[in-house]
Amino acid sequence: MAGTGTFADRVFRSVLIVLSSTVILIVVSMVAMMVWTSLPTIRMFGLEFLYSGEWQPASNVFGALPFIYGTIVSSLIAILIAVPISLGIAIFLVEQAPKSISSPAAFLVELLAAIPSVVYGLWGIFVLAPFIRNYLGPFFQDYFGWLPLFQGRLTGFGMLTGGIIMAIMVTPIITAVVRDVLEVVPNTQRDAALALGATKWETTLIVLQNASSGIAGAVVLGLGRALGETMAVTMVIGNSPQITASLFEPAYTIASVLAANFGEASDRLYLSALVEMGLVLFLVTFVVNALAKVLVLGVAKGTNAASKA
Amino acid sequence: MGDKISIKNLNFYYGKNQALYDISMKIPEREVMAFVGPSGCGKSTFLRVFNRMNDTIPYARVEGEVKIDGKNIYKTKTDVVALRRKVGMVFQKSNPFPKSIFENVAYGIRINKMHSGKKDLADRVEKALRDAALWDEVSDRLNTSAFGLSGGQQQRLCIARALAVQPEVILMDEPASALDPIATQKIEELVVELKKKYTIVIVTHNMQQAARISDKTAFFMLGKLIEVNPTEKMFTNPDDELTEDYITGRFG
Repeated sequence: MAGTGTFADRVFRSVLIVLSSTVILIVVSMVAMMVWTSLPTIRMFGLEFLYSGEWQPASNVFGALPFIYGTIVSSLIAILIAVPISLGIAIFLVEQAPKSISSPAAFLVELLAAIPSVVYGLWGIFVLAPFIRNYLGPFFQDYFGWLPLFQGRLTGFGMLTGGIIMAIMVTPIITAVVRDVLEVVPNTQRDAALALGATKWETTLIVLQNASSGIAGAVVLGLGRALGETMAVTMVIGNSPQITASLFEPAYTIASVLAANFGEASDRLYLSALVEMGLVLFLVTFVVNALAKVLVLGVAKGTNAASKA
Repeated sequence: MGDKISIKNLNFYYGKNQALYDISMKIPEREVMAFVGPSGCGKSTFLRVFNRMNDTIPYARVEGEVKIDGKNIYKTKTDVVALRRKVGMVFQKSNPFPKSIFENVAYGIRINKMHSGKKDLADRVEKALRDAALWDEVSDRLNTSAFGLSGGQQQRLCIARALAVQPEVILMDEPASALDPIATQKIEELVVELKKKYTIVIVTHNMQQAARISDKTAFFMLGKLIEVNPTEKMFTNPDDELTEDYITGRFG
């Protein structure tokens, strides 16, 4: 207990407190640094920074909207693609596959998360981008070309390519979390459904309902990852600060613009603008990840209550 | 009364481990049959044979014959979903779904598409709740979460949920073991009431409970059926010495 024990214990305790406070200190110093460095643009543009679409570093005009737009849209594309795939994999692993398949398969999925981002980027450049340019793009333009979504030049580098790359990258994370929350759903729930004459599919729906807030948490966690993903996206999204409805047109994300332009930002105001975007990204992902944590913890609690009751 | 379930030379294996040995017995219609015996004697495994809940366990294997209404339920073309509708089950721990009280009871009706319209569904839910002696306690809060109910109420809700699909047999796996004496008494009264319409097989650790509510009792040990007899005889003058030792508390 606090304050009790020998001198050695008190020393030990103090050391641990110092060690754990470093994490908080780092975060605080990050925020402080970013706020301090971005003060020039915060003073100069105020909130307009967030909704202005003009980005002309040469003439000191900075509006972050194209980057915010690119970040959000590419992440949403990633989530839209990754969520059904992840749910399918997780359900298969927990509800259908025999142990002999499920463990190695889960291991493989988690290995995907270990592949360096830049490798995904290379794959995107050499495989995904040509595929979209030569097959997927023409297909959509032939059949759905009347939709603004699919108009525009087909370079292979653009919003959709970035979104797909991110989808592949967040799938292992979402799958792993969903798998964990499905596994903590008590078997008594499955038994209850089966004993009432439910099919495998109907039983799975009951399991999903039990895990719903945890699944929501997994999705938000995936979203958090997608929002902050940098390297692979920078390599395939086309890096052009524009807002268009087309999925094939190049776009830009906050993380990419930071990574790509930081070195050349010699001007104090330019630097300030980049850092302010970093601050925005930091705050958004912080909130998104906190939300995910709350949701995932909620499901663990909820099922405990259910099994105790 | 006729026999609802008849079991002939039943052997049950978990992989290489045999859990039940050559069991033959008959379970009469509209009576309460109690399974008693020390922990691990196979009585719960045996209970789960009747609605094929053991199917979900990998490597589980059944040999022998289990007939319900004269039909062998382990024939390959048995419709397991239909079987489980006919043979309902109540578990040791109450396990309501994370849904409202109403939706819990409605679940089985919905998935088996038994209702014609909203009114009919509501009627069926009400009837099941009345039959489970729960209606008066929950009729004013049907749309609230089932987790708001007490343990005993949750267990009766699970019974109502099982009744809603109009089973003919109800399997109960120690349904009152997690409940306090008052809630237990309510479940016991309910069981006695339910046997007018249903065939009930109940696993229990509580000898007095078996004596109070069952018509017949079967005693199991180490996967073998030692004795099955009318409950009164079983508790006063059992055929087998092992049974006597067990019910008088000399072991187990």
